[in-house]
Parts: sequence; C-alpha cells; structure tokens
Amino acid sequence: MSVVLETVGLEKHFGGIAAVAGVSLKIEKGARHALIGPNGAGKTTVVNLLTGVLKPSAGRILLEGEDITSLEAYKRVQRGLARTFQINQLFLDLTPLETVGLAISERLGAGAQWWRLVGTNPVVVEEIVEILGRFHLTDVMHERTGNLPYGKQRLLEIALAIACRPRVLLLDEPAAGVPEDERHEILATVAALPADVSVLLIEHDMDIVFSFADRISVLVNGALFVDGAPEEVARDPRVKAVYLGESLDV
Amino acid sequence: MPSAPVAEVAHRLAMRARWRPLEYAFWLAALASVFLLPGRHLILTEIAWLALFALSLDLILGYAGIISLGHAAFFGLGSYLAALMAKYGIISEPVLALLVSGLCAAILGFATSFLVLRGSDLTRLMVTLGVALIMREIANQIPEITGGADGLQGVTVAPILGLFQFDIFGHVAYAYCLTVLFVLFLLARRIVYSPFGLSLRAVKGNPLRASAISISVNARLVAIYTFAAFYAGIAGALLAQTTAFASLDVFSFERSADLLLVLIIGGTGYLYGGLIGAVIFKLMQDWIANLTPQYWQFWIGLVLVLIVIVGRGRIGAWTAAAQAVAEPVTRRFARGPMAAAYPSSAGKAGEGMPGEGH
Repeated sequence: MSVVLETVGLEKHFGGIAAVAGVSLKIEKGARHALIGPNGAGKTTVVNLLTGVLKPSAGRILLEGEDITSLEAYKRVQRGLARTFQINQLFLDLTPLETVGLAISERLGAGAQWWRLVGTNPVVVEEIVEILGRFHLTDVMHERTGNLPYGKQRLLEIALAIACRPRVLLLDEPAAGVPEDERHEILATVAALPADVSVLLIEHDMDIVFSFADRISVLVNGALFVDGAPEEVARDPRVKAVYLGESLDV
Repeated sequence: MPSAPVAEVAHRLAMRARWRPLEYAFWLAALASVFLLPGRHLILTEIAWLALFALSLDLILGYAGIISLGHAAFFGLGSYLAALMAKYGIISEPVLALLVSGLCAAILGFATSFLVLRGSDLTRLMVTLGVALIMREIANQIPEITGGADGLQGVTVAPILGLFQFDIFGHVAYAYCLTVLFVLFLLARRIVYSPFGLSLRAVKGNPLRASAISISVNARLVAIYTFAAFYAGIAGALLAQTTAFASLDVFSFERSADLLLVLIIGGTGYLYGGLIGAVIFKLMQDWIANLTPQYWQFWIGLVLVLIVIVGRGRIGAWTAAAQAVAEPVTRRFARGPMAAAYPSSAGKAGEGMPGEGH
C-alpha cells in the first residue's frame, strides 16, 4: 500500500512547551487510521499542523509525496486534504444548502464567480442535493445553520468536508458532544465514507476507535507512543497503563 | 435522487435574489422625487452620493466584516481627481472622468487592502484611519495641484455626454447622481447574490472554516476592498462634479466617521442600509441645522446614543417584521408559475423527507 499522508519529525512549540515533539506518522491509501491519546496529548495540534492552521516549528508534511509544509491552508484543501473540527466551525447565518454549495463551487473553481447568481449552476445544485440527502440534511436545508440541533450541525461538519471531495480526510472527534440517541446517525455516516478516501480519525471513545480503525497511533505528551494494528495496541501493556486505564474509568 | 428536488432547490436559491415589493417601492419613490420634488434637488443630490458612499462601506463592512474609519481616503481621491480632470480639461466628459476617478480609487484600494488583511478590528480601524490621514496630508502638501487649504477653485464641469449641462438648481445633478447610484446598486446587488458574494458572507462568518473549504480568504477580501474603493471614488467624484469644487474636507476623519453613522442608522448587510441611512442622516442634519444651527453635533450625538440604547438588534427585528409583512404580498403578486408553485413545492419537499432519509 502506498502512503498518502506522511509527517517527518513534526514539531510544534508554544513558548517553551513542546505540544508536538517529533511526530513521524504515515497514513496509507484507503486507511482507517485512528489517532488516540489522553487529553492534551497534542492530537488537535497535529491536525492543525497537517491542515496548515498552524505552522510547524520543525519537520515536514508530505501529501502524496509532495512537500506541503509551507502551503497555505486553502491550497491544501484543493490538493485533497480536508478536515472536520472538534468544535463546530460552521457558517451560522447561512443555510446548509448555501454552506454545502459554497464548498462545491470552490472545488469546481466557480466560487469566485460574481456575474452569475447562486443556484444557476445545475452541476453545483445537483451535487448539493446529493450530499444533503446522503447526510440526512434534506429536511433542514433551508434553515439557518445556527438554529439546527447539535447532531445536525455535526452532520453538516462532515458533509462540508466531504463536499470538498478529499482524498485524505481528518475527522477531529466527529461524535464529540452528540447525545446518545443521535450518535448512531453520525457513526453510520462515518462508516459509510467512500473506501478510497483515507481517513485519520481523532477520537476519545474507544468503542468507536476499535470498531472503525484498521490502524491506531497513540500520542502521549506530543510524541508517538505506539503505532500498530488495533489488536496490538489493545494488547500493549504500556498503552493500558498510560491511556486506556485512565480513559475507561471515565 | 430524482430531478424534481434539484429544480426546487435551484429555484429556492434563485428566489433569494428576487426583487421584493419594498425594493420596487423604494426605487419608484426615488424616481418620483425627480419629478415631484424639484425644489429639493440640491439636498437629494447630496443624499444620492452619500448613499453610494455608504453602499461602498456596506460592501466591506456588512458583507465582508471589514470595519473602516478611513473610507474617505478613496472618496477624497475620487473627488480631487474628478475636479482636477474637469479643471484642466484632461478628461472633460463627466461620465468618463467618473469612471477614471473610480478606477484610480480602486488602485489605491488594492494597494492598501494588504494592510487591512492583518490584525483585528481595532488594527483595521487604526490602519484605515491612517491611510485617510496620509492622503489628506499629501493633498495639503501639494497646494500647487490641489489648492491646499483653500480647496480647488475654478472648476467648470462640462455637460454630461456633451448633452446635459449642470444647472444651479441641481436638477441635472440629481438625475445624474441617482442614475449612477441605481446602476452601481444593480451591480452590487448582482454581486452579493453571486457565489462570490456568498463566499464573502462565509469569510465574514467564519474565516477558519472558509479556508478549510478551500476559499482563499485573503484574495476575496482584497477583491471586495478594491471594489468598494471603486464605489467610494465614484461617490467622491460625484460630489466634485456636482459642486464643481474639492477641498481637504473630502479626506476628513468626520467624513469617514459620519459614514459609519449612516450605516448604524440604516443597518448593514442588506444593501439598503446605506441608502436609507443616507436619507435619514441628511434629512435629520438639514432639519436640526435649521432649528438650532450651532447644536447640530449635539443632536446627532444624542440620536446615536439612542440608537445604541434601543439596540441594533431591535432595528433588525423591525426589518424582519417588515419582510414578514412583505412576504405574502410577494407571493401573491409575483408573476409566473415558478413563484406560484413556491409554497406548495416547499410543502411537498417536507412531506417527501422520510422516504429520502432512508
């Protein structure tokens, strides 16, 4: 299998503190890769470095073999690297219809068109309808995003990343804060992601991680601790000591 | 997915840009004022260029979230250029001179847009204010060109398109300003309802997410800032052409600050805020100045305080209420099968949902 996303000695320091300390991570094509670790281990910082929200202090990031370390965030999305956010980052005043339309228009290079009206491009509209249907958002597509129930907003988070048609998708705790009865809808959506999209999942919930991932990396204090198949990681006594023991008590 | 919902979704998106009855009413009233209020054309001319100036600020503030205390930089540049071109006969035809003034202001807007990309609102306030002050000082330092503190005297403006000579009653001036305002309003309206306009609202709402769906946030902000500077330059040129005069006052801090006041009165982000604000601001200024000329500043200050106390949210609620009243009227009177089908097709989509949810 070929590697689609790779980091080499990635580091990020905030003041004197190393939030990420020399992480070398490989994500293979079509992988269902989970990145786990205790609170404050640096998981979200890794995602922010990968997507260009933060600039690394040292190290390199390679997307399909190309160095994207200094590429701006929006250009990485154009290259096929999309993400969702742990805390919803949505356009609260827009409708899901408009929101998804934005992402599709951008991908098709039509996002900066000023001479035509929104909704007059049939290619965009067809895809909006398809994606909203797939993510169970059709019945709320005309509502203001800020007024949607939290579970629907979480779905829109993922739908928006998918609308960018990524080859690599970074999911930052997709089910975080979602009430128990709405969780299955999100998990089913995550499970149904296209097989050719490589996924890096950041997650706290071990049930989700072990049902989803075919590879797990454990991050502790900003450094990769263990990296392997789920059964190996589950069996590893150090992981139990450092992470699973604490987490399962919660 | 069947094709019927696609057509409905496209229709719903397109409906956002439809003309509402109150909009027709607004522009019909403006047109009527040309014929029915000939004695008020001088103040109406001022309202028209101020409205265009405020529309320009609304494009960056209401749609892109860029706050500015120095929008007079572009207004002033447009103003001086139009006056100079008229005075020295460089480009004597007013409409062409208007465009050139606007384009030069746009170039200044583009050059200074990179300063407003960085930093918070406070930084932007200071930077934009600084640019306007620099422009004013430049104009002050080259009196041989600008006339310095005395202003640029002896400007004569040629007839519009070689046909319509400006008159002292402001009849031609008003028709001219109103036409320019209307044409540029149509263009702005087109743009805010385009994919580009929608992406601006996304950038304003959440720049982090906007760049995460591959929107180039900075490029969009540069584009709209440049475009708004074009409008401000044209507004300034209209002032110079209709008064045949330009002075340092066009760059003043008060002019930029008053403009924010106009938008606070009218509201931002729906295009008419600047227009309605300009009407109220100028009429109020005129009325209060007639009552108590020396206390004009006090009264406008009081009005501002009252607006803030009442809350802009409540003004927003009034607008929403007005729209709610207008909505059924739109449906009843809008022509064509599309508009007539709109409520029923929306209902159908709602019923069809459980099946689609699979």
